[in-house]
Amino acid sequence: MKTKVAIIGAGISGASIARVLSRYENLEVHLIEKAPDVGWGVSKANTALIHGGYDDDPEKYPTRARLCIRGNRLWHQWAKELEIPHVWNGALIVATKEEDFDELERLLERGRKNGVPEMRIVDRDELFHLEPNLTREAIGALWVPIVGQIGPIPAVIAITENAVANGVKTHLETEVTGIKVENGEVKGVETKDGSIEADIVINAAGLYADRIARMAGIDYFEIHPRKGEYWIFDDDVPGPKRVLFPTPTPISKGIVVTTEISGHLMIGPNAQDLPPEEKEDLATTREGLEQVWEGAKKLWPQLPPRSKVIRTFAGLRPEPTGGDFIIKAEEEVWGFINVAGIRSPGLTSAPAIAYEVAEIIERDLGIELKEKEKWNPYRKEISHFFMMTPEQVNEAVKKNPAYGKIVCRCNSVSEGDILEAIERMKFIGVKTPSVDSVKFRTKATTGTCQGSFCRPKIVQLLAKEYGVEPWKVTLKGKGSEIGIGDVKVLLRGDA
Amino acid sequence: MFPRIPMLSYDVVVVGGGPAGMAAAIRAKELGLNVLLLDENDYLGGILPQCIHPGFGLHYYKEELTGPEFASRLAKRLVELGVEYRTAARVLEIRNYSDLEKVVIFTSPSGAYQAWAKAVIYAAGARERHAFEIGIVGDRVSGIYTAGEAQTLMDIYGIMPGKEIVIVGSGDVGLIMARRFALEGAKVKAVVELMPYPGGLARNVMILRDFDIPLYLGHKVVEVRGKGRVERVKVVRVDENLNEIPGSEFWIEADTLIISAGLVPSVKKLKALGVEIDSATGGPVVNDRLETSVPGIFVAGNSLLINDLVDYVAEQGELAVEGAKEFIENGGIESRKWVKVEKGENVRLIVPHYLSGDRDVYLYLRVARPMEDVELRIPEIGKRMKLPVVKPAEMLRIKLKAGEIRKAEKLTVEVVKA
Repeated sequence: MKTKVAIIGAGISGASIARVLSRYENLEVHLIEKAPDVGWGVSKANTALIHGGYDDDPEKYPTRARLCIRGNRLWHQWAKELEIPHVWNGALIVATKEEDFDELERLLERGRKNGVPEMRIVDRDELFHLEPNLTREAIGALWVPIVGQIGPIPAVIAITENAVANGVKTHLETEVTGIKVENGEVKGVETKDGSIEADIVINAAGLYADRIARMAGIDYFEIHPRKGEYWIFDDDVPGPKRVLFPTPTPISKGIVVTTEISGHLMIGPNAQDLPPEEKEDLATTREGLEQVWEGAKKLWPQLPPRSKVIRTFAGLRPEPTGGDFIIKAEEEVWGFINVAGIRSPGLTSAPAIAYEVAEIIERDLGIELKEKEKWNPYRKEISHFFMMTPEQVNEAVKKNPAYGKIVCRCNSVSEGDILEAIERMKFIGVKTPSVDSVKFRTKATTGTCQGSFCRPKIVQLLAKEYGVEPWKVTLKGKGSEIGIGDVKVLLRGDA
Repeated sequence: MFPRIPMLSYDVVVVGGGPAGMAAAIRAKELGLNVLLLDENDYLGGILPQCIHPGFGLHYYKEELTGPEFASRLAKRLVELGVEYRTAARVLEIRNYSDLEKVVIFTSPSGAYQAWAKAVIYAAGARERHAFEIGIVGDRVSGIYTAGEAQTLMDIYGIMPGKEIVIVGSGDVGLIMARRFALEGAKVKAVVELMPYPGGLARNVMILRDFDIPLYLGHKVVEVRGKGRVERVKVVRVDENLNEIPGSEFWIEADTLIISAGLVPSVKKLKALGVEIDSATGGPVVNDRLETSVPGIFVAGNSLLINDLVDYVAEQGELAVEGAKEFIENGGIESRKWVKVEKGENVRLIVPHYLSGDRDVYLYLRVARPMEDVELRIPEIGKRMKLPVVKPAEMLRIKLKAGEIRKAEKLTVEVVKA
């Protein structure tokens, strides 16, 4: 008989756990998510870094310190197997004052303790060789070559697709309302759409992990949101080649300056602690954005004019009581595993967290995991017109003329790319058509014009493929519909 | 260069099938040039098919037409002449091998092609500035559209975006969309204009009175809040230096925010070619044949500068292709010396930048601020023109005779009190 596992939350942690557990033939894995698509919570908006693992103090935050470096190593493998967009470009933690070197030495020491390879302190000459346009105030840096960048939602999508291909069942737009516990054992989860039986419940609910834990009677921690805001600039604005950090302070890793993987200069985040109940507050603020601007200018003085801004956004990090990741099987409720407080470096740690959970299932729950004879570690990335040569385009149009037709002009996304994205949305169970689902799979709408040319066309494609009226297509799920009806709806009085 | 993709060969490739591109392609054919017109939409006309209001064609056709009518007249002529065109064709790259060897690489539903040409007319139009670009913060919600996107939704696809509308910007596009929304039964709750005067043509400003739409001059939208959808927008008053006045904030409840904050010429592909850009127009620096700093690359329409009348756009298309003909026939644009046009008092932008003196030209210019009872003067040649009123919204178009141009080393255009 199979052990049924319910994972709550299809973010980077939940999806990674689903993928790792899909390897075992004696598990039946269900991935439950309240949003219409995967990766739309904490995973959606962050700095998209694969951290080096030098930052987390193993004395204070042993789990973070251990899983970060292990996660970094695993991403090298996962990015290849799953064809996730990534770049390994290294990071510089920049000193601008003599006393900063004391902190860099501490980080170097800590990194060595955590097992980070190849770190070293570089002098001014070498620093400017690595990054010529850095602030002239810079006097040296800690160089961490293993740092990289990744597309966080593309990663969640890739991992979920692979998990589903290996038998994981997804339940999107399924909000968990309760945990069934009998005689100290979990029996399943209650959702707005009925209950899902389970022998093991894994709480990977991000910002809501405290609320889910409380449903199982576990209340020793609380998650509060920490907001970070970002600016993204047009792709003709030059950015750094490496990830640039200032020397950290006791409070923060500081505002990062980087060229994100799509080639846009990005700066952020600041850190603003919100009360625990404000878990939906993703609004950008003038104050926060100005703070980021000022911070970034210290490392990268040649910030472009404001007219070169193509986007600002905010993300929330789930800060747990105590500050370390909470990854454990709870003793008082057999079968309930918390994967909570996965704040930074959660994206980096996710693959390691997933293996940790598999170990917990074996070690603490005593379930012997049997590997499948056939498990597919691979997933193919969807077609991206912008990565094709004209010759490849001509091969692709033989299969489908849509591959030759550009929808998003800023990022060269073809209709074929978009149709493939929609097919894959359906494959993992996306029920509500949204522009964001297409955006995260194709990059359409993320360029210079921010979708004003292509969004109406994407809406048409979604409406057709999902068989709904175009105005019912959403931006990001129910409640964010593109329109209120056909153009005569108000005159008819139907709206 | 791409041995395995089909190669086509032309005298002229026109990039963009809006009014500038169509007019250029028609004129090219009339001049006996072998021309290909490319457009990325499924239909020709650029943005005109979604501009269902009248006000087009008074100069070019000497009658008042709607956008679709204007576009279809050009399209009809294009088809009559047998101009070769491709829709759903997107230019990926333009390469410049030598003066008379350009390659336009484009993709289409039948695949990618390389089109070789002796000259290229670039008429790719403009894009709209969006909410992030003008510093609006707050929630990321549905219901925020640029004016053009809302127009596409309504007039191409028949979708009503919302029912309680706030419009940022009182330029022509914003005002026309205000009327469009009102005509469909939506409540336009405000037009919010940063400057102390309206941005559109006088005839369009009348719309606000016709439909009883409040206009907030010297105000800006700074924040949007809502859950899935826009619920309210925050407006703040600004002083004469455009600085926000603390304490003047107020909220307007609305489900839709329309951004009509101006257009930016689409010139990324020209920049990639090394074309020199004028920071005032956002378009290329050109001579009186509308040739850019890269020989054989010509530009017309809103890629050159943001026009307020489609008639001028079409006129520029024709002018550019006449230049291309000369370029092809003579292996370059000939000129003994270029007369530079400089911006004087209260001139924000002016095109063309260099005049040959070989021919009469139209100068297109915009002033920086509104003034009454002024003179447009070009002191070097003693030219003076009385103007009762000038506004940044209204582009001025003035004709200079070849003989006048030849008299000077440079020309400084200024708009000063009479």
